[in-house]
Amino acid sequence: MKRFIATLAALAALATPALAAEGETHAPENHDWSWEGPFGTFDDRQLQRGLQVYQEVCASCHSMDLLSFRNLGQPGGPFEYLPDPEHEGELITFANPNDNPVVMEIASRYTYTEIDLETGEEMERQGIPADRFPNPYANDAQAAASNGGAAPPDFSVIVKARSGGADYIRSLLLGYDYEVPEDVTLLPGQHYNPYFPGGVLAMGPQLFDGAVPYADDTPQTAEQYAEDVVAFLAWASEPHMEQRKRMGLGVMIFLLIFAVLMWLAYRQVWANVKH
Amino acid sequence: MSHQSTYEPKTGIEKWLDSRLPIVRLGYDSFVDFPTPRNLNYWYTFGGILAVFLVIQILSGVVLAMHYVPHVDHAFDSVERIRRDINYGWLIQSMHANGASFFFVAVYLHMFRGLYYGSYKAPREVLWIIGVVIYLLMMAAAFMGYVLPWGQMSYWGATVITNLVGALPVVGEGIREWLWGDFAVGNATLNRFFSLHYLIPFLIAGLVILHIWALHVPGNNNPTGVEVKGKGDTLPFHPYYTVKDGFAIVVFLMIFAGFVFYLPSVLGHADNSIEANPLVTPAHIVPEWYFLPFYAILRAVTFDFGPISAKLGGVLAMFGAIGVLFALPWLDRSPVKSMRYRPIAKWCFLIFVIACLGLGWCGAENPDNMVFEFGGIGMPFVVLSQILTAYYFIYFLVILPVLGFVEKPKERPESIEASVLGSSPAAAPAE
Amino acid sequence: MTDHTTEEPTRRDFIYIAAGGAAAIGGALTIWPFIHQMNPAADTLALGSIRKDISSLGVGQEITVMFRGGPVFIRRRTEAEIAEARAVELDRLPDDLARNENLPDDASAADANRVLNPEYLIVKGNCTHLGCVPVGNGAGDYDGWFCPCHGSHYDASARIRRGPAPENLPVPAYIFENEGAVVKLGATSDEVAAAGWSVA
Repeated sequence: MKRFIATLAALAALATPALAAEGETHAPENHDWSWEGPFGTFDDRQLQRGLQVYQEVCASCHSMDLLSFRNLGQPGGPFEYLPDPEHEGELITFANPNDNPVVMEIASRYTYTEIDLETGEEMERQGIPADRFPNPYANDAQAAASNGGAAPPDFSVIVKARSGGADYIRSLLLGYDYEVPEDVTLLPGQHYNPYFPGGVLAMGPQLFDGAVPYADDTPQTAEQYAEDVVAFLAWASEPHMEQRKRMGLGVMIFLLIFAVLMWLAYRQVWANVKH
Repeated sequence: MSHQSTYEPKTGIEKWLDSRLPIVRLGYDSFVDFPTPRNLNYWYTFGGILAVFLVIQILSGVVLAMHYVPHVDHAFDSVERIRRDINYGWLIQSMHANGASFFFVAVYLHMFRGLYYGSYKAPREVLWIIGVVIYLLMMAAAFMGYVLPWGQMSYWGATVITNLVGALPVVGEGIREWLWGDFAVGNATLNRFFSLHYLIPFLIAGLVILHIWALHVPGNNNPTGVEVKGKGDTLPFHPYYTVKDGFAIVVFLMIFAGFVFYLPSVLGHADNSIEANPLVTPAHIVPEWYFLPFYAILRAVTFDFGPISAKLGGVLAMFGAIGVLFALPWLDRSPVKSMRYRPIAKWCFLIFVIACLGLGWCGAENPDNMVFEFGGIGMPFVVLSQILTAYYFIYFLVILPVLGFVEKPKERPESIEASVLGSSPAAAPAE
Repeated sequence: MTDHTTEEPTRRDFIYIAAGGAAAIGGALTIWPFIHQMNPAADTLALGSIRKDISSLGVGQEITVMFRGGPVFIRRRTEAEIAEARAVELDRLPDDLARNENLPDDASAADANRVLNPEYLIVKGNCTHLGCVPVGNGAGDYDGWFCPCHGSHYDASARIRRGPAPENLPVPAYIFENEGAVVKLGATSDEVAAAGWSVA
């Protein structure tokens, strides 16, 4: 039987010339993230900076339709804990993210159009924590038309939606410094990035040293911006990650004890039975 | 049931109920006192594990249906809402999605165990056939369930699989449109898939009852394949197998929990986190892992065969791969059940398992990619999948029928008890 | 069958009880997520309290706000309306309770128990008869609201005066923020306690 298969394989091998290797797409660069591993968590400060980078750089083209402002203040979110205004160095938290002043303030920076119940006319109102992040475009067609035919992807679950996840997005954001290979021709408005499948994409480099002013003394480099915004996007893709891992630990410990007890019971029941 | 009932109602209410609806008696005779071969190993625990996973899937599924919106405009967002806003929705959704995978892990091990120990042979043919029907329904439920989140893989998987029907001559196109209820996979398709996805698990639950019934008439097979001869061969199901199954279930749940809590999306595909878009096809469409071997068989047929086009041939091969299981009880001509005592069949079975795993590998790869490449020559996956597909069918249609005549089985123990005690055949059945 | 006489019974029993107990605990803990999932979700709760800017509401004007799936009337009453509402003798009211979530259940239906600031009357807008939405802006025989479904009349304090409705329109939990410019509907009990609600 084995010889038969080996013969078949050899025949097949002879019959098929090997295909030439295709254009190189670089594998994403591996980066150490704070949330990796069974105990990894997000760094709130980093999520706050990432939100800032998203708002000041990405949000002009990329929507995050599934995110609401209230998410920013929920357990595990960037503004879950705020400095206590009355006690220096202590933190306060809010049972309902609706009452979180930072969340309210961020939401109030945006205006939303809704129908006035009295008149039926459109009217503008300030954003509230329950509102979704605003979409920079009125609809998908406008998003595509404004970007050379390819609508910028929504960022709500972008880290889950790309193979390579956080590593891929970070590599892509920082991957514009490569020389364009000879066999790649770029049309106007196109850019070369070897981490992007196929290497050619419409988005140009977006992160430049010093472009986003951080309030604290975190380095204001493109590297740092990329890391921060990817952390924010990773959180946004799965806001309950910390809860999931915490609960998982308890469940695993419980099941381990339960399994040991079941094994002892099994040994006990079968103690005097040959099988 | 085949054995004499030993249930004795003790309290007044038990007697009252027993003379009207002997359901306690049924449960007692089936799961407490049922005489079970004493030599069942851990491969026999997957039946109980499967029952647990059917319950997990139904419970979590009923919960998800409370929050899911079966409409093309809302399906994707509603699943994300479950993961984000519903209390513990992330947990229940993860249990359901990973539960499907673990359901298939357990069912494949359950089936391989049946194949190895000859559990499909007389007098258990009906038991086996009900099992294959359950497996088919599981595949249907899993396929339709995967469409519901309405991601790119959902949409394009549904498109590819429903297009298979179009390969049927004459009626194919009509049936395909009837399945869709539209000119392509669309809202009507999503709605009916949701409805059927909710229905099928209850059909499965009904068939599971028949499956257990059909198991309890002849009783369990066992690793020796020698039928139960006397009381010394068996133990009451409770506590011996409740505790053994229970231990196995907890261990299996531990692995399951590891995935639910620490690798929740590792069995999924990144493209399914992109909302379905009928205008853009993902670069590489793959089904869930548990369909990969069949997907490989489907793609292995790349040539026309007489009047049968390659496309139709692939569909026939794929369905034939499951269809052949129905005929298995009559294809295997060997009088010996357990492959423990079948020196040649044992090796053919091992190769069969490897072939199935290999087909899974082929299903995950692009057919034109190379399995290996050396000095300018190599073998693409499509060729490997053709070889393995050929072996899959040869195993059932040639090897098992022929081995029944040419293979000389090893000596089998006189009885289960004799095999357990390791003594020679002399041991008389215990009284 | 087999008998276990070799082991000490207590230890044996302990293992069975522990294993059975673990199964029971595991089952009980698993049930909770399956029950809790039916409680209002985070996005629903996010709209369980809302803030409404009422600074542009003129005297004698009324707005309807959508809150927790139904209407809430916010009326800025005139001096005359306040005086009228305060002049009513309580024993002439079919329902003599305040029906105010911010006050104890036994608070009387006096107008002072229906408002935090007499100028603003804030009530839930479903008729206590069968849930229709009454017509406002001084409608009905008592210068308040009138329910067109079955003819219930409410007065300027939204108390039932005539018709089949059994109770006064209820007052939701609310507080004022930003020096009265914003009303927060769905205030927590802590906020209500701090806002100066008291029985007259």
